[in-house]
Amino acid sequence: MMSKLFMFEKPMGMRDTFPHLYKMKKEIRSKVEQELSTWGYEFMETPALEYDETVGAASAILDQQLFKLLDQQGRTLVLRPDMTAPIARVAASKLLKDRNPLRLAYAANLFRAQQREGGRPAEFEQIGVELIDDSTVSADAETIALLVSALKAAGLEDFTISVGHVGFVQELFLQIVGTEERAEQLRKYLYEKNYVGFRQHVESLSLSSIDKQRLLKLLHIQGNDGSIEKAEALLEGNGGREALRELEELWDVLRDYGVDEYVKMDVSLVSHMSYYTGVLFEVYADNVGFALGNGGRYNNLLRQFGAEVGATGFGIRMDYLMEALNTEKTENQPALILFSGERRKEAVELAAEYRRAQKAVIVQDVKGVSNVDRFTAGFSEVHTFIGKAGDQA
Amino acid sequence: MKELTIAMPKGRIFEEAVVMLKEAGYNLPPEFDDSRKLIIEVPEENLRFILAKPMDVPTYVEHGVADIGIAGKDVMLEEERDVYELLDLKISHCYLAVAGLPDTKMNEVAPRIATKYPNVASSYFREQGEQVEIIKLNGSIEIAPIIGLTDRIVDIVSTGRTLKENGLVEYEHIVDITSRLIANPVSYRLMHDRISEMTSRLEKVVNGVTE
Repeated sequence: MMSKLFMFEKPMGMRDTFPHLYKMKKEIRSKVEQELSTWGYEFMETPALEYDETVGAASAILDQQLFKLLDQQGRTLVLRPDMTAPIARVAASKLLKDRNPLRLAYAANLFRAQQREGGRPAEFEQIGVELIDDSTVSADAETIALLVSALKAAGLEDFTISVGHVGFVQELFLQIVGTEERAEQLRKYLYEKNYVGFRQHVESLSLSSIDKQRLLKLLHIQGNDGSIEKAEALLEGNGGREALRELEELWDVLRDYGVDEYVKMDVSLVSHMSYYTGVLFEVYADNVGFALGNGGRYNNLLRQFGAEVGATGFGIRMDYLMEALNTEKTENQPALILFSGERRKEAVELAAEYRRAQKAVIVQDVKGVSNVDRFTAGFSEVHTFIGKAGDQA
Repeated sequence: MKELTIAMPKGRIFEEAVVMLKEAGYNLPPEFDDSRKLIIEVPEENLRFILAKPMDVPTYVEHGVADIGIAGKDVMLEEERDVYELLDLKISHCYLAVAGLPDTKMNEVAPRIATKYPNVASSYFREQGEQVEIIKLNGSIEIAPIIGLTDRIVDIVSTGRTLKENGLVEYEHIVDITSRLIANPVSYRLMHDRISEMTSRLEKVVNGVTE
């Protein structure tokens, strides 16, 4: 059903940012940027278009969510669906030669096509960091601590970060079901958060009842106290323990940073595909139905760009962060100077004074305004230079 | 403490779900069942119910305007929403099936299927290696083969009576359906204690354990 487009229509999922939202977004962005900079992360930009074959293929975003187009040579291009892959490309091909570990940050618009309906933007801003070529738990902890400070800098107080480790779940599943293929099936249920399907699938497997219990108990491990011990009790042999040791160490470092109150251990947290390779996390805030941001360790990505180094990082969705902050329209509206021709000079001089003091001011010829009352209604500070000198209201 | 918002499907599942919640010890007012309101507050339990079309329950939950909800697996399969599926409530048993007029074969060139569940039907036939054309209808699906719109239908069957009364027979059983307790991923984290308490209370009812 193709009907003629109306002039006001935009492609699905595309949004306008109106002036007051732009202002709010800019304020939040600059607070977060400031915080990321004080931790030594350097901001950079990459192009909006990348090759599908390289960055598109390396990205963690599903192929059907990519916007694709052809260049003049017939090569497939993608509008960047995330910043991690482009930054990995730049780091591997250039920046790692100058310094490592490398601390980079970005604030960029990303593009992810909508499959079904509106309600979710197809273009949105993400602000985040990548800590490349540092595989220590200290690096994992630094990104989580930095995420906490960045959100607090933005003015958010009420949020929770769930932290898990893919290595634990992976090893537990392999121990019990034996093959990567069967483990993948279980992991898929966890990723889809289909606990009912997970339970039914576990029941259908030919396993001992003890092994079934080991799998089912995983769904019930919650909370910071004793989570790791409970998780450890599910393991047999040595595999998977290293992942739990890392989580334990991570927890200690987070306590040193004083951010443990924001963190909840969730040993059953997994991601889709095999993108993340170690510690991973998601952040949630009240009043927003979707995760505000997420991150984790991705030690295999850089290899696709020719550098055998580990990395970790996070991204915050600006649109969801704004929703979570739910801030009022910022006041600070400009002053208004309304003038008529005879007194233009006075008006311009006063305006210059305002601007020298870093105050916003609009200078408007009264002849250009069709309805003076309606125009001035939106301003709290109005100066008029109309008629002969000395008449100023 | 913020109230927990529950999206409930109107109709048959609603009644069964209310019985379950009462059995689980939730103190719901007596007039609850035959209310025509779309939003019902139950301050005694710090709960708020929103009454939605069954097909829309996962949508409310995915967007987080409802923290949890009760939805049929048929809807979950069709809508593929990003929600947690916490518990099989084992109510409103039925199944999705392929049905049609007796002793008929599907058209070989372009077999046509009428259904309320285009996604489920399309992926089912694709998995069977058959390329079919899906025609979406919103109700009274049984008419489609009778008046020659399609060769087969994909629809919910609970007792099989409707099929029988319309002279249709079941050809294939696709998947069993029951209602599920679902949760928004963020609510599941932020209101975890309340949601998991409700889950375990309902789980006891499902398993027939009385308090």
